[in-house]
Amino acid sequence: MSDYIFYPGCAMESNAKAYYDSLMEIAQPLGINLQEIDDWNCCGATEYVGINLIPAYSLIARNLALAAKTGQKTVLSPCSACYLNLAKADYYMAERPALGEKVNEALAAGNLQYTPGSLDIRHLLDVLINDIGLDTLKAKVVRPLKGLRVAPYTGCMVPRPDYNKRWSDPEHPTELIDVLKAIGAEVVAFPGGATCCGGHMTQIGPDTAYELIRRLISSAEKSKADIMVTVCPMCQLNVDAYQGETNSHYGTDYEMPIVFFSQLVGLALGFPPEKLGFGSEITSTEKALSRIGMDIPEAAITEGKQRQQEGLPMPLCMRKTAKTPECKRPCAEEAKA
Amino acid sequence: MSKTPVEHVHARLDHDEDLSLLHEVSMKTAGVSRLEMCIQCGSCGGSCPSEMDMDHTPRTLFAMLRAGMREEVLLSNTPWICVSCYHCVVRCPQNVHITDVMYSLKSMAIQEKKYRDSSAPDFSETFVEMVEKYGRSYEFGLATRHYLKHSPLRMIRTAAMGLGMLKKGRLNMKPTTIKGMEQLTAILNKAKEMELAHE
Repeated sequence: MSDYIFYPGCAMESNAKAYYDSLMEIAQPLGINLQEIDDWNCCGATEYVGINLIPAYSLIARNLALAAKTGQKTVLSPCSACYLNLAKADYYMAERPALGEKVNEALAAGNLQYTPGSLDIRHLLDVLINDIGLDTLKAKVVRPLKGLRVAPYTGCMVPRPDYNKRWSDPEHPTELIDVLKAIGAEVVAFPGGATCCGGHMTQIGPDTAYELIRRLISSAEKSKADIMVTVCPMCQLNVDAYQGETNSHYGTDYEMPIVFFSQLVGLALGFPPEKLGFGSEITSTEKALSRIGMDIPEAAITEGKQRQQEGLPMPLCMRKTAKTPECKRPCAEEAKA
Repeated sequence: MSKTPVEHVHARLDHDEDLSLLHEVSMKTAGVSRLEMCIQCGSCGGSCPSEMDMDHTPRTLFAMLRAGMREEVLLSNTPWICVSCYHCVVRCPQNVHITDVMYSLKSMAIQEKKYRDSSAPDFSETFVEMVEKYGRSYEFGLATRHYLKHSPLRMIRTAAMGLGMLKKGRLNMKPTTIKGMEQLTAILNKAKEMELAHE
């Protein structure tokens, strides 16, 4: 077993739960031992840096400081944006000592400190390829995904800007292709493999985002892919959940499912789809999975999730009711805030 | 009157170049921006996937910075359309930290309230507000507030998708708050007293 300091990031607890669930399943058989950073905070995504620089880097650096305290050296992040933010803060704090000093001055207000360069920031895909290794992965495959045509979508923030020269190529990375081949999938030519999904533009400039999403899906479709595979929560969210809006915008009828690579790895390792978060997609994977003779557990998943919810979305938290006596969240305080 | 340097005469310039804006942006950028090294080759605009929606390409914007066109640069939509894909960064022959320069321009525009469309700055500010309150991002609160304020019609159009996300357990209605909120707030408050520009 290899030990990693685990930084899940906010998306893994919400829209990318399938990524989290599938990672938790495959970690053990692959020998990845994850120790979550205690009380980690958000990395600021691409928003905080555009507001106020020193606070943005201090926000990221609190995580680095907490991670360094564990005494381990390697941080594993499955989210591309988190990975880049952590790696970037580590790199720029060293490149620009004035930034490093100011961030440490801020950290000191919380009795923390971080020496840039003391951690290795790694993405899950990098760890799978370079630490675990394709041979080990291949040896664990019990159900090769023969006949499933996948478009390997690595996205932007993993291969670029690549401060520590960890990736094969900034524009045509091969890592994800290698993993998918190792689990027996048929990897199609996918020219858009490292292009952008639009990031937060789905929220602030949807027309820009629709075009980028359209390019990706049409490229995957032209390659006759059954499914797209991603390593990033943002990419999954945009291509999956905003595919409907993109279709209405262009009058198209794309139905291109997209899942996390850990989900497909999980299938190849023999885990059932319901353990890997399948069924949580907005764009159904049913047809794609039928290519390898599998069903999605749609009913099971929606039923299970529905049972956990009560009431309408708003107001915030008024549900310290008989239904959830175990809820210990400070509801009144939240409502006040 | 000061003597005009000979190179300015050749360039038919009758005044000294004012590079203060260029330096200001460069110094406010994380890391070593290398903004001053731009050779105006245009690789950035040519590599940009969202360039079609920008009012100026990054190359033009950097020329405008050099020319001291503060108002026009800060009002440009270019930094807000930048999708942070880093294509330009890996292709730039001068290794300019282009994406990070865009972040600096956004924060300057927000500080000076220079933007034509408040939707994007508002989104960033709401996101940050949530993170400063809970220590984690809170998508449900962010999306609800942002859509209500800026695109209620879109909220209706996307209601079905949002409901799907809720049903599938992909959207938490309640925010998660970290234990160390007090510590994080102390760190951020201290950080807000500092600016990178002055070193």
